[in-house]
Amino acid sequence: MSKNLRVKKGKFIDETSRVSFKFNRKKFYGFKGDTLASALLANNVHLVGRSFKYHRPRGIMTAGSEEPNAIVQLHNDSSRTDANVRATEVEIYEGLEATSQNCWPSVNFDIGGINNFFSPLLPAGFYYKTFMWPASFWEKYEYFIRKSAGLGKSPTRPDPDIYEHRYIHCDVLVIGAGISGIMAAKTAAKSGFKTLLVDEKPNLGGSTIYQDTNLFKINNQNSGSWLEKEINEIKKLKNLEIKTRTSVAAFHGYNFLLARESLIDHLPIEQRKNKTRQRLLKIRAKKVITATGSIERPLIFDNNDRPGILLSSAIKKYADFFGVACGEKNILLTNNDSAYETAISLIQKGINIEAIIDNRESIDSKLIYEVEKNNIKIFKGFTVVNTSGYKKINGVSIMELSKDGQKVIGSKINLSCDCLGISGGWTPAVHLFTQSGGKLQFRDEDQVFIPKTYPSDQISVGSCNGDLELDKIILNISKSLKEFLNIKKTDYENIEVLSSMNKSKRNIWLLPSDKIIGKTKPFIDYQNDATAKDIKLALREGFRSIEHVKRYTTTGMGTDQGKLGNMHALGIISETSGTKMGELGTTTFRPPYTPLTFGTIVGRNVGEYFDIFRKTPLHDWHTNNNAEFENVGQWKRAWYYPKKDENMHQAVQRESKAARESAGILDASTLGKIDIQGTDASEFLNRVYTNAWSKLAIGKCRYGLMLNEDGMVYDDGVTTRLGENHYIMTTTTGGAANVMGKLEDYLQTEWPELDVYLTSVTDHYATISVCGPNSKKIISKVIPNLDLTDENFPHMSFKNSNIEKVKCRVMRISFTGEHSYEINVQANYGKSVWEKCMEAGRDFNITPYGTETMHLLRAEKGFIIVGQDTDATMTPIDLQMDWIVSKKKYDFIGKRSLYRSDTIKDDRKQLVGLLTDNPNEVLEEGAQIIADINKSPVEMLGHVTSSYYSPNLNKSIALGVVRGGKNMMGQKLIIPMEKKNINVTVSDPVFLDKENKRLND
Amino acid sequence: MFLINCPFCGEREQSEFKAGGEAHIVRPKQPTELSDDEWAEYLFMRKNIKGIQFERWNHIHGCRKWFNIVRDTSNDEIKAVYKMGKKPPLV
Ligand SMILES: [Zn+2]
Repeated sequence: MSKNLRVKKGKFIDETSRVSFKFNRKKFYGFKGDTLASALLANNVHLVGRSFKYHRPRGIMTAGSEEPNAIVQLHNDSSRTDANVRATEVEIYEGLEATSQNCWPSVNFDIGGINNFFSPLLPAGFYYKTFMWPASFWEKYEYFIRKSAGLGKSPTRPDPDIYEHRYIHCDVLVIGAGISGIMAAKTAAKSGFKTLLVDEKPNLGGSTIYQDTNLFKINNQNSGSWLEKEINEIKKLKNLEIKTRTSVAAFHGYNFLLARESLIDHLPIEQRKNKTRQRLLKIRAKKVITATGSIERPLIFDNNDRPGILLSSAIKKYADFFGVACGEKNILLTNNDSAYETAISLIQKGINIEAIIDNRESIDSKLIYEVEKNNIKIFKGFTVVNTSGYKKINGVSIMELSKDGQKVIGSKINLSCDCLGISGGWTPAVHLFTQSGGKLQFRDEDQVFIPKTYPSDQISVGSCNGDLELDKIILNISKSLKEFLNIKKTDYENIEVLSSMNKSKRNIWLLPSDKIIGKTKPFIDYQNDATAKDIKLALREGFRSIEHVKRYTTTGMGTDQGKLGNMHALGIISETSGTKMGELGTTTFRPPYTPLTFGTIVGRNVGEYFDIFRKTPLHDWHTNNNAEFENVGQWKRAWYYPKKDENMHQAVQRESKAARESAGILDASTLGKIDIQGTDASEFLNRVYTNAWSKLAIGKCRYGLMLNEDGMVYDDGVTTRLGENHYIMTTTTGGAANVMGKLEDYLQTEWPELDVYLTSVTDHYATISVCGPNSKKIISKVIPNLDLTDENFPHMSFKNSNIEKVKCRVMRISFTGEHSYEINVQANYGKSVWEKCMEAGRDFNITPYGTETMHLLRAEKGFIIVGQDTDATMTPIDLQMDWIVSKKKYDFIGKRSLYRSDTIKDDRKQLVGLLTDNPNEVLEEGAQIIADINKSPVEMLGHVTSSYYSPNLNKSIALGVVRGGKNMMGQKLIIPMEKKNINVTVSDPVFLDKENKRLND
Repeated sequence: MFLINCPFCGEREQSEFKAGGEAHIVRPKQPTELSDDEWAEYLFMRKNIKGIQFERWNHIHGCRKWFNIVRDTSNDEIKAVYKMGKKPPLV
């Protein structure tokens, strides 16, 4: 097992710096520059996980972000652990710890592996078919499915790392720094465009960078060396910013892209302190050049998923990049020339190749000739029909393909091996292009989907655009860039290219077998364990749409989104159903292209920064006086002020009593305030409120109810006439912004002829409400020069005054039913005025009260709270507030809706009071209300909207909405609760001082 | 997220704006004269087109102005932006 398969200096390996890491608790060594995958392979570790459904042993299959199998969990730390990470993308560092996922109890002994032997019982749609019935068993099924599925562990403590978001604006964004991306970025930057080049890998150059043979040449240099010079040149360009380890996750409309930049994931943990871990880049690019390359296709045959079976190009990368041999006895299976490039690399590195099995019968290229010169056995017109070995491949069986490629003929030849490279040609990586809304076309000659129409100012270049060979890339790029960037010249005209590859390919989506399909396991989606058999079964069962087949078989639904096998699924559906590939379409690729961490998504918006909140000018006073706070919209409002051992109930009872018996003080600064000016201000109020406003005298206040055009209550509040053409409107705390928006909407779009100007002044004032029988005495001390007599300053009126030198607006208005005053002062004087009130009220036991007490006091008076007692289905009539709806006014917002056939029905839900038979029983808000417990099904008449124990009435009171409630006064109803039924009597919603005597006492 | 060219401020991100539904639905001058059906037509009935749609938008985190746009809902392409009260452009 522990063999050293390091062969020769890899391009990106620093052999002077050895790194130790742990995999499944065992210590290994690699070099700086290794990925976790390359380091494991160098230690001859192929088996890294178990498959999702059958728990088959799975090994590293690729060398990139398309990896379906090698999914690991990093670190067992309860705060920093990362799940579902691809070993092919993890750069190793000293102290790295990784463990296999999806295997229990261990990767080498896996109980779920037994599923493999029962696999005939687990066909496509198995979960849908089996676990549907009986429904009551689902909980048991779920336990076992979840336990054995093991999609990684979530951290259980807060993430200690720092994440951030950054906006980037550029002229040209180039995605992918392979040969095409390098040429595109250089051209754009040199032509004066502010250019950003991003690549998911730590190094530039893509796959051409290690093309180091005289079989591929650009301007008479080995293509890799030529590219290296280009890279050195672009690093000097001033207009160009290069970001490596940066993966574009999403390509939205209007060239808006999201990318994840990893900054410290490659560093040992102790070097990461105080550094940003990952950044979410929000990129707005005027132009986008997609150069995302292509992904090698696997081939589909029986048992094509054993550890030790890799993409041929991955074997080449591991040899060239990292100096790692994936095996000592390698076999390559291919249907095209690119496996021979792998062969050349292995030969150069001295790695043994047992044989090459080529689906094609007649092959002829300089590349193949070079390989043949090395006496490597090539089986032409052959295919692999099966593989052997459990935790690692140890052999293949091959047979000859029939002329039409539908069957295998002749006798089986068994070859032994410890590694099999497969190449089914290349699939252009069009994921980001389709995310942006681009439409694809199918190219029949080599069976690939390529970009057809671009929805924004963008192009695809290189192999993601279907130019899969070096000569074609170079040939097309200059012309494409000149057209796209509207420039006259590039550095890439008249370039000489030598490519020794032949483009011939023998595409067989599902390679034939000597066994019938039911007896084979040709995997298409490795991560979700979907086989060709499953797809055929789905088609037999009547599924036709590719989207349906995908969901039924789960093909392409893993975290890799089926980057490897989707094309084969399409191909098999196409062949089986007789529909042409181009007509079948593809499934939708959705963002993110590769998974994003939650940290990256939320950035700095964690903890107290998760959402913004607003504080009133009196906030510090509340904090210093032991207030508990309640969130109301974005506001933090004082909820209640508990004394020593008081609980909430006790505090609220004390505050409520004090307010009615002597004096209470409330911070009402959060109420929305809109300053309304203009010669048509009165007319405007007439149109937006249900009652009449023209005759309101200057210096008077009036309560108003605002409806939506559908007649439903929208907001309420007191508006004061400050001058001939000047009003100040108050709105509910939560409704302030919406009311402002709605009023602006009507002014700008329906009534532009009105001379009215609106200004939101909510934050400009501190609003202090002092109420209770002693409020007058207190205010007379705070504002001694204000005449508080009823003659001069009656209820519902307003005065300008001053407290020492501070100007204030005083309204005598009440939301508690008590004699009360509301003082408005410039926000920054709020605290000193509040303290003056406290000082003046000391002899009267002035008691600060919070929102809870305010709600209780207004409920005693039957005053509604919009949004608590109403829910956008209540008209003023439903609320028994007919008195506020003007009969005389010709029109106001919502008027016409008040006599629609639906709104005049008698059995609408209407607001009523509810008194419990047991006066000590307090109802639960939201509880359902019924009349007849024996009727089946039980008829729900409504629900409780507000409920309190009133210390002033010494009984429980509640408001509720009840179907036809207006005509049920005195009737008995039932509140059915979990443990008992509570009997209530319908009452008037006004419980206290119906005559409003207290207002003037 | 698309970009909207506010007629008062210039091009800004979609997140600064609030959509306000179908454009060119005029509030009836004399609602009381309308039958329930006619009023319901104004109140509730809105188009939901795949293709060219005339829409109201408000630059809520900017100048607070309402204006109209013509948007192709199939690809979010904005064909025209014009002020309130102006005739819809031919597209
Ligand atoms: Zn604007």
